[in-house]
Amino acid sequence: MEQYRASVMLCGGTGCIAGGSLKLKNALDEELKNRGLDNEINVVLTGCNGFCAEGPVMTVYPEDIFYEKVKVADVPIIVEEHFIKGRPVERLMYKEPVKKQIIPLMKEIPFFSLQVLRALRNKGLVDAEKIEDYIARDGYQAAAKALTEMTPEQVIDEVKRSGLRGRGGAGFPTGLKWELCAKVKGDQKFILCNGDEGDPGAFMDRSIMEADPHVVLEGMIIGAKAIAANKGYIYVRAEYPLAVHRLQLAIDQAKEYGLLGDNILGTGFNLDIEIYLGAGAFVCGEETALMRSIEGKRGMPRPRPPFPAQKGLWDKPSVLNNVETYANIPQIILNGADWYRSLGTEKSTGTKVFALSGAISNIGLIEVPMGIPLRKIIYDIGGGVPNKRKFKAVQLGGPSGGCIPEHLLDTPVTYEDIVQTGAIVGSGGMVVMNDLNCMVSVAKFFLEFTAEESCGKCPPCRIGTTVMLDLLTKITEGKGNEGDIELLGDMSLDIIATSLCGLGQTAPNPVLTTIKYFRDEYESHINEKWCKTGVCKDLCTFYIDEEKCKACGQCKKVCPQSAISGEKKVPHRIDQPLCIQCRSCYEVCKFDSVKIGPLSMRETLRNLPDQEALSNKQVEALAGKEE
Amino acid sequence: MGRLTIEDLKRIKEDHKAMLTLREGGYRAKVTVHMGTCGIAAGARKVMEALLDEINTNKAADVIVTTSGCAGLCSKEPMATVEIVNEAPVKYVELNEEKIRKIFTEHILNSRIVQDSALVMGSETAY
Repeated sequence: MEQYRASVMLCGGTGCIAGGSLKLKNALDEELKNRGLDNEINVVLTGCNGFCAEGPVMTVYPEDIFYEKVKVADVPIIVEEHFIKGRPVERLMYKEPVKKQIIPLMKEIPFFSLQVLRALRNKGLVDAEKIEDYIARDGYQAAAKALTEMTPEQVIDEVKRSGLRGRGGAGFPTGLKWELCAKVKGDQKFILCNGDEGDPGAFMDRSIMEADPHVVLEGMIIGAKAIAANKGYIYVRAEYPLAVHRLQLAIDQAKEYGLLGDNILGTGFNLDIEIYLGAGAFVCGEETALMRSIEGKRGMPRPRPPFPAQKGLWDKPSVLNNVETYANIPQIILNGADWYRSLGTEKSTGTKVFALSGAISNIGLIEVPMGIPLRKIIYDIGGGVPNKRKFKAVQLGGPSGGCIPEHLLDTPVTYEDIVQTGAIVGSGGMVVMNDLNCMVSVAKFFLEFTAEESCGKCPPCRIGTTVMLDLLTKITEGKGNEGDIELLGDMSLDIIATSLCGLGQTAPNPVLTTIKYFRDEYESHINEKWCKTGVCKDLCTFYIDEEKCKACGQCKKVCPQSAISGEKKVPHRIDQPLCIQCRSCYEVCKFDSVKIGPLSMRETLRNLPDQEALSNKQVEALAGKEE
Repeated sequence: MGRLTIEDLKRIKEDHKAMLTLREGGYRAKVTVHMGTCGIAAGARKVMEALLDEINTNKAADVIVTTSGCAGLCSKEPMATVEIVNEAPVKYVELNEEKIRKIFTEHILNSRIVQDSALVMGSETAY
């Protein structure tokens, strides 16, 4: 066994590979060989490390030095300075966003130190394509324990007591689901894994499948033992080729070692697992639609009862769980239910993985204990909103979820507390929005998604989502009417009450929460034809407050239409007919001189006297508004 | 490798202990080979290679090796600092391949400081 003196864990998740980490690996291997260090220093390509916005990232052990945004050109310097001379390269280290202080050690970077890793416990520490790495980290010990020392009832009991709830979004108690299926008599049962991850912006499951595929397999073996299944399928969306590749490799290696297939570990238990590629629709992530898809039919849900535990895939008793749910199972079996409950709250135990994205400094994947206040995630782990912009809302749960405003940021992240706000924890997508986001547009964006993805089987969803989308589109185009908000609200409640599956039942949530917390935006779109953030192009006018304008010329530089006139020392002016409302001038102005007014201002501004400095108040008076 | 038994699972974990210590921590001894320009010129690379060879031959999974820059005493290079966990670090000077191998056997494996090659015990920062 070759003894290395240092390990370079280079992130090989999809994000970092897109940033060039495969080229980095080749460059590192070559440089180390040239300097004669290839027997001393080990370069390992791991799965997603989580800090995706700073990629490509790597961690050097044993010192635990974290490098970010590494380029191929940096490789010779890293090898020379750090590996040979022992002087870590400061330029590549993490700089904390507010004070720009360098934090060399990964365990001290708040993004990492505030996390508690359970489902992601092997993140960045194992080579995803080597089963030995997984075994070295206690891999397959839990499966061995479940197969040799525990009865199915004992396994179910442990999982029930742990309080683990389905991590795919619905939060159904996992132990209970297994128990319901275990009770059903059947000659053939199926254990299924939902790797479809359809929520836009969610990549928790992708990271687990890419970084630690064996933990999913081990979780499924334990589940299969509990319900007495001997065939399993992992439904992975086809848009995740790396996850599919690594899962297949993991299955092949496990089979070779006798950890899957017939007579696992000599215990007489059999389990075969196959991958099924996703059909390409969001609705295929729904339990019954997924099973129809595996059967080769068009993915469409069906009414329940009968529940899949009684009649699932091919009408046989089946259990479907999410990737992240399975990732938690081995540790629960090894460490016990009490250990799992030691984090989280009474009703929401353990940890949850979130995909943090949007207007936030530290974009990436995090795992935190349930019950952590939202504020801590956004500011301490996420590093707050960058570019001096203000926080506006955070969208939880993707297109099925809702927006949570600033005054509710102290809400603890648990299934029961978040649902009180009108949002849902969902599968873990967290999109942060700042003052440049228009909440009506956000609602429209999510409805565009759900209306497109609706399978069309039930009228409330098929017709309801389309009608809501049309109404939202009209509002953003300035054709909204009095009573539209109430109509949206009523339709939402009806669609929720009567849709066949979760897609329709949750599609109106973004609309309901944005109306609840940002009703003033809807009202100004409808009544005043004014989108105050400048997103809805038909509802805004960009103009310059000529008294505040310092004539610095920045807006002129960025205007794609050359619509801004005014030489140095002359207050600038936007030519309304040329302006396409792209908002670039507003975003770049440091003197708060570019203003966004209602649609009606475009007419009044055409009649401005030539280059006379008008104060903001005079312009407003012309438009009939006092501010 | 063919089908595994439960004992095999434990054995593979043992075999990888060195790799785990490197990535997770939990080492018993840490050796820092000083490799500033003075060190490299004086032959620190050979000292490093000899040390790694000793670790390999003895399968010492709980010993890690790092490098650092110039320690300040250029005339006494090659130098190495040996830190056993919970003990004060010991700086060794004027090393060569033979001496580092002796230090490995005597100090790291058997906790006996090699007086001839040692310069000082402790470090500049006061504890």
